[in-house]
Amino acid sequence: MIEVKNLVKRYGDYAAVSGVSFSATKGEIVGFLGPNGAGKTTTIRMLATYLPPTSGSATVAGFDIVKQSDEVRRRIGYLPETPPLYGEMTVNEYLLFVARIKGIATSDLARAVSVAVERCVLGDVRNKLCQHLSRGYRQRVGIAQAIIHDPEVIILDEPTSGLDPKQIIDIRQTIKSLAERHTVILSTHILPEVSMVCSKVVIINRGKVALVSQLSDLGTQSLEQVFIECVSREGSTAAFEEPSVAASA
Amino acid sequence: MRNIMAICRREVLSFFVSPIAYVVITGFVLLAGYFFFNLLSIFSVMFVRFQAMASFNPGAEGPNLNQWVVEPFYFTLVIILVFMIPVLTMRLLAEERKRGTFELLITSPLSVTEIVLGKFLGVGVVLFVMCGLCFAFPLLLVYFGQPGPELLPVLSGWFGLFLCSLAFASIALAVSAFTENQVVAAVSGMVALLLLYVIHSPAEALEGTSATVLKALSPVLQMQDLVRGVVTLQSVAYFALLIVLGIFLSQRAIDAQRFR
Repeated sequence: MIEVKNLVKRYGDYAAVSGVSFSATKGEIVGFLGPNGAGKTTTIRMLATYLPPTSGSATVAGFDIVKQSDEVRRRIGYLPETPPLYGEMTVNEYLLFVARIKGIATSDLARAVSVAVERCVLGDVRNKLCQHLSRGYRQRVGIAQAIIHDPEVIILDEPTSGLDPKQIIDIRQTIKSLAERHTVILSTHILPEVSMVCSKVVIINRGKVALVSQLSDLGTQSLEQVFIECVSREGSTAAFEEPSVAASA
Repeated sequence: MRNIMAICRREVLSFFVSPIAYVVITGFVLLAGYFFFNLLSIFSVMFVRFQAMASFNPGAEGPNLNQWVVEPFYFTLVIILVFMIPVLTMRLLAEERKRGTFELLITSPLSVTEIVLGKFLGVGVVLFVMCGLCFAFPLLLVYFGQPGPELLPVLSGWFGLFLCSLAFASIALAVSAFTENQVVAAVSGMVALLLLYVIHSPAEALEGTSATVLKALSPVLQMQDLVRGVVTLQSVAYFALLIVLGIFLSQRAIDAQRFR
């Protein structure tokens, strides 16, 4: 479903991402883990076709993110770090607008919006202006926006940052429910989130992949131990990387 | 087309729920009304003078409304547009970038051209309302003038004004596409439009081709025929080209920041 090969992003001399590779199969929730500034957002932006990679390649849902970016855009739902809301629109108006630009047929618009509202439990705020929503609701509208066109791949960039514990639990529940139909990439720096929600973990440090593993393969080691080990290691050679990563598509 | 309309609808909605559209439209109409009043006062003074002199000079042509009111009125509106339009266009792209919604647009299955066209049409709607309201002033002359102004120049002049406003909006949009800062977008838009507005000034001192080129580039001179009731292919093509150029530049500027 997602195949990332040696993705590099440079800004002048500074390499934000230097050679990230991993893959994800259908129905997986991949936890994209790393300290702040590790290159998570940059990698995710490249996968979401927002930024062009300097080199390397990636396919999402079988389409190249550079050469077939339009096909990729049709098949992804993307929640950036800050939910991309228009404050002056109501939740309903906003979701209708997103449904339109995502190419949903006019006859299906109302249904698509209703489904997204239901899945993200937004019924209570449907007619509120986006600028009056609490952070938790903003984040949920952001997720509703990402799933409205039923995409094959959903990319969420730190969807639980800045939320209170109750909201975090709600959002995690929502994300878990997505796995039935979608492949999800979830970027975060919260470790328990990964153990609770994800089936696979990719740890990234200083722009490089430090570990790719199924969560179940970590064995007796806790995620925390593994993470600390990966992040403190200089140069981070991918010792934990599972050998079959490149082969599994 | 559907995508363009979706962007345009959102843009219009956002203009009319924020105070920007109301402030700009009200300001524009207020200024227009004041200038109209001035022109009409001057006209009536001229007219009274003419009538007093008429007995000495039988058969002389008196001042007419077209020449004394309608034409200068439209030209004055063009100057006001130079300052108003950048205020309308400054937020179109800068605001999207600032609040992160640009990421939504770019990662949606839309082409950059569709985004730009949608936004341009959105401003077009606001400009139509703005120029449309100002049409009330010459219309007053048509209804109450004894004799009223010639109708054709009133209509074609308005058409020229609207075309000119669209061309200005397109240029200002292109200028704003290069920055993320709204103030920078507005100021550089005003500078660009003002430069375009006075571009023919050096033509007086120059000769030959350069003078001809500068004159041909001037929106004011291109409007002259339209305001006088002559719709020429040249002037319509001029404004159409400006519109296309602005949209093209905006598209290139945004595209340079992303990839295919």
